[in-house]
Amino acid sequence: MVVCTMRLFKLLLPLVMLLGFAAQAQSPTSYGVGRTPTAEEIAAWDISIAPTGEELPEGSGTADLGAQLFLEKGCAGCHGTNGTDGIAPRLVKRDVGELENPWGYGRILPIRSPYAATVWDYINRGMPLGAEGTLTPDEVYSITAYLFYLNGVITDDQMVLDQDTLPKIKMPNQDNWAQVPDWFPNQPRLEGYPY
Amino acid sequence: MGSKKQNRREFLKSGAAIAGGAAIGAASKSASAQLEGPEAYIRGNDDMVAYGSRSRFINSARIPHGGRHSPDTFGLDFHIATPLQDQYGVITPSSLFYMGTTRGSYLPDIDPDKHRLMIHGLVDNPLVFTMDELKRLPSVTRMHFIECAGNRANNRMTTVQETHGMTSNAEWTGVLLSTLLKEAGVKEGADWIVAEGIEEVKGASSIPMTKAMDDTLLAYAMNGEPVRPQQGFPLRLLAPGFEGIFNVKWLRRIKVVDQYYMTYNDYGHLTQDPATAALGYQIGPKSVIVHPSGGQQLPGTGYYQVSGLAWSGGGKVDRVEVTTDGGNTWFDAEIRGEPQPMAHTLFAFDWEWDGSECELQSRCIDEIGQIQPSRQEIGEFWNSPPGERIRVRGQDNSIQPWRVHSDGSVHNAII
Repeated sequence: MVVCTMRLFKLLLPLVMLLGFAAQAQSPTSYGVGRTPTAEEIAAWDISIAPTGEELPEGSGTADLGAQLFLEKGCAGCHGTNGTDGIAPRLVKRDVGELENPWGYGRILPIRSPYAATVWDYINRGMPLGAEGTLTPDEVYSITAYLFYLNGVITDDQMVLDQDTLPKIKMPNQDNWAQVPDWFPNQPRLEGYPY
Repeated sequence: MGSKKQNRREFLKSGAAIAGGAAIGAASKSASAQLEGPEAYIRGNDDMVAYGSRSRFINSARIPHGGRHSPDTFGLDFHIATPLQDQYGVITPSSLFYMGTTRGSYLPDIDPDKHRLMIHGLVDNPLVFTMDELKRLPSVTRMHFIECAGNRANNRMTTVQETHGMTSNAEWTGVLLSTLLKEAGVKEGADWIVAEGIEEVKGASSIPMTKAMDDTLLAYAMNGEPVRPQQGFPLRLLAPGFEGIFNVKWLRRIKVVDQYYMTYNDYGHLTQDPATAALGYQIGPKSVIVHPSGGQQLPGTGYYQVSGLAWSGGGKVDRVEVTTDGGNTWFDAEIRGEPQPMAHTLFAFDWEWDGSECELQSRCIDEIGQIQPSRQEIGEFWNSPPGERIRVRGQDNSIQPWRVHSDGSVHNAII
């Protein structure tokens, strides 16, 4: 039995060595799988907009133009003519007067969002229902401006919003939201919280 | 003929007598009167070849979550809860997996041959992968649960499907995101990724690079077959232990970035309270007794196996404790199988019911020492005024109490 095992081992030894070598050779620094996209491809796919607005495209709009688009593009159909009385979420802050904590205006994107760029991004990628991604940058700038105007974030309906001016709008909640904690493996979800 | 039968019978009788008196009664019923078979047979046919189906006697089904019709008429909410009470073991059948989405009535119908994943942003080598290319890369197969932020129990709910049905567990196969990120080469200062799906709103989530490089998985398979459309076919991201919304379905694009992006999904989770933000991120230790649970009926006193599921977003389940007296005394439950990180874990407890009214609860303790709290403990931690309804911040991982009445009926005992 011992002889047999030894014989088998000797017989298989070259194979074992070969496999060992092969296993080593199979840990490449790069798998060489996948292809490099072109710059145009990346630009076409990339619709992310940072809070700082750095990816905002060229184009511009005003609240004045946005009021018209709000009706033409079907926004009013779901959100109501005034953005207050539709079957889709309300878009104008609740009539509760001036609040010290703007959080109290309700879960209404163009007033609660800490960043103007987030509102632009939301409309650009998610609206209108069933025809998402069809609005031009000019139209998104105008509709965004109109929603800001309805909520008193901007007061001039002729103010031009573009890639330079839009990120500079200070939203009432800009410094009034909770960031998620830094995440590391094996950490409790909230420091000092036993549960 | 008749006499032959008679003879045979008598022979059997005598044989049985020799073998032992106890068998006589059975033998006297005769060998020709076998136990009855099933009422009917279903003849094998071509329809049964390709894809199997369950028995017509099994009607376990998902239900709309939260008591509202789903999908809603506006085509927004599609939240459906898994029938935990009917499940055996820890794998949720793919066909019964919970689903939570805000655009669920419009499932992307994706041809996997045409699907692409792009990784770009702060990387040395942006890359585009076909599904076949992703499958060529080293794969991992892991058990993980996913749980919806809306998996909150309240006193109006009756069954465990209503209180806890928005979590499910599967065996996922895919490629680690770290494999792809290393392939692309992450640049200095790239602290976040944005993961984006292909559905109409292209829902995207910001995920920290620490998580992306740790155990985040891009799954193309669940429970041995391709990920189902409701779960993101052909590719979904799994951020194990993170709230449901982070597990981006129909994954098409990953952008490596230098800041939290406040994306579509991130805005949906926005809160003003730092504790709520933290507690609605990595899921806490949680468990629920499934047998017996609300709406079930104990047929009488005697032995019962109390069993249920435990899980945590913080790692493996370390222990599960069970009480049958409303929390005065706790006993260690038996863990069935080897607990996996961020995966449903089965527990069981032998229980003798004496017929008196009692309250069953379970609590999970995970490997990093987090303990599943009662609602009362949560209230005490946050100094809730006595008598006021306790608000569970972030993900609800509070202990679920089930009250067994003396008639054997089981009820939700949340106050």
